[in-house]
Amino acid sequence: MNYNWNWRIFWEMSPDGAGTYMDTLLMGLKWTLATAISAWIMALILGAVIGTLRTAPNRWVVRFGNAYVELFRNIPLLVQMFLWYFVLPELVPVEAGNWLKSMPHASFVTAVVALGFFTSARVAVQVSAGIQALSGGQKMAGTALGLTLPQTYRFVLLPMAFRIIIPALTNEFAAIIKNSSVALTIGLVELTAAANSMREFSFQIFEAFTAATILYLVISAIGIMVSNWIERKTAVPGFITGAKAKAGGQ
Amino acid sequence: MFGNFDFDVIARSWQYLFMTGMTFTLKLTFFAMVGGIVLGTLLAMMRLSSIKPIYLAATGYVNLIRSIPLIMVIFWFYFLVPYIGAWIVGSPVPLQVGAFTSSLITFTLFEAAYYCEIMRSGIQSIPRGQVAAGQALGMSYWQTMGNIVLPQAFRNMIPVLLTQTIVLFQDVSLVYVLSITDFVGAASKVAQRDGRLVEMYLFVAVVYFVLCYGLSYLVKQLQQRVAIIR
Repeated sequence: MNYNWNWRIFWEMSPDGAGTYMDTLLMGLKWTLATAISAWIMALILGAVIGTLRTAPNRWVVRFGNAYVELFRNIPLLVQMFLWYFVLPELVPVEAGNWLKSMPHASFVTAVVALGFFTSARVAVQVSAGIQALSGGQKMAGTALGLTLPQTYRFVLLPMAFRIIIPALTNEFAAIIKNSSVALTIGLVELTAAANSMREFSFQIFEAFTAATILYLVISAIGIMVSNWIERKTAVPGFITGAKAKAGGQ
Repeated sequence: MFGNFDFDVIARSWQYLFMTGMTFTLKLTFFAMVGGIVLGTLLAMMRLSSIKPIYLAATGYVNLIRSIPLIMVIFWFYFLVPYIGAWIVGSPVPLQVGAFTSSLITFTLFEAAYYCEIMRSGIQSIPRGQVAAGQALGMSYWQTMGNIVLPQAFRNMIPVLLTQTIVLFQDVSLVYVLSITDFVGAASKVAQRDGRLVEMYLFVAVVYFVLCYGLSYLVKQLQQRVAIIR
């Protein structure tokens, strides 16, 4: 393979004005983290609400929740990004559309919204699975104690359900970091796009991609560690516990 | 609201959209599914191997692929495959590989990591006694796997494998980043040529929704049928 390796390329100046190529990549990493974390907060809140609605004792509410999940699960994320970025500004009244188009950091905001809605549907599925995994007696006990239905959800069901689904949520968080790379199609220069622009400018294809890959591996490793820590901290002693939490809790 | 929209653009370009774009998407989905399941099954057997180097190699590969974004993998292989090809045939210059071959290699290798995890849980769902019984009957490893374990594992996992294939079908849209004419690529080319982004992207979303929703409904039906057999 006659490919010229040049690992010192990272300390050379890049023509995009960010500084060295390393700075370009780190800037991309920042956008990846900012996008993933903002979208994750949005997805957790929306997902908890929709997931709860899907277990509500009302047929129409459940149908609404299911329709929401199906809508966001059956359209590719790339197409959803395009819909928010290109289509939405044309469908709203002209002034609102112009405001959307001239918004600062439009691709970042759009990416967060698209990724947030997309992931919220997946979180919602996990949340309702978590609620359904609880024994029916918990809900009855809550109402028997005089709690209203919202109170039962708030103080009894959701705190337990969220603990059960932490491993599944870890997977979703890892997925949201990876999915944030789709935002490069609407012009957000996150980590993958930064590596790609470094490739275009420097022609050092494999150095650029190796560095970005290592950065992705590092953030996913940190994410898994944090999530395992949360899982141990929130484990209910003697109740639903993973193997690790059991060893630590007793 | 749709007053000044021109949905006629779909009628004008549907042949290009489906004959060129959707055909590419479906072909890539199908071949990557077949390749991914075969390679994924081999990887799953390697991950369950008692020989340490084999286990470590497969586990490392699967974990690596599963922690980087698909677009990153697409870029990697798009640039790597010509070099590997040149190395295999001994050519001094990077080999020219077509868009379809390049993306087929990418998606097969990428999806294999995901199919591997499905097949692994499928294999692990078969009671150990069955493997022991196979060995007691004098069967070799490959005979036990091929005749006893894999057929059952595969049957149990069909719904999950198909669900993953629906994910693959949606993921194929990401070849857009290489300007390949898949379904989304074709729609976006027409959209930019005619200045009809809104109509085209809405149409693409509707087509994907109908197909994926229909397919996942069929998978659910199938799941119930498979469940009755067990």
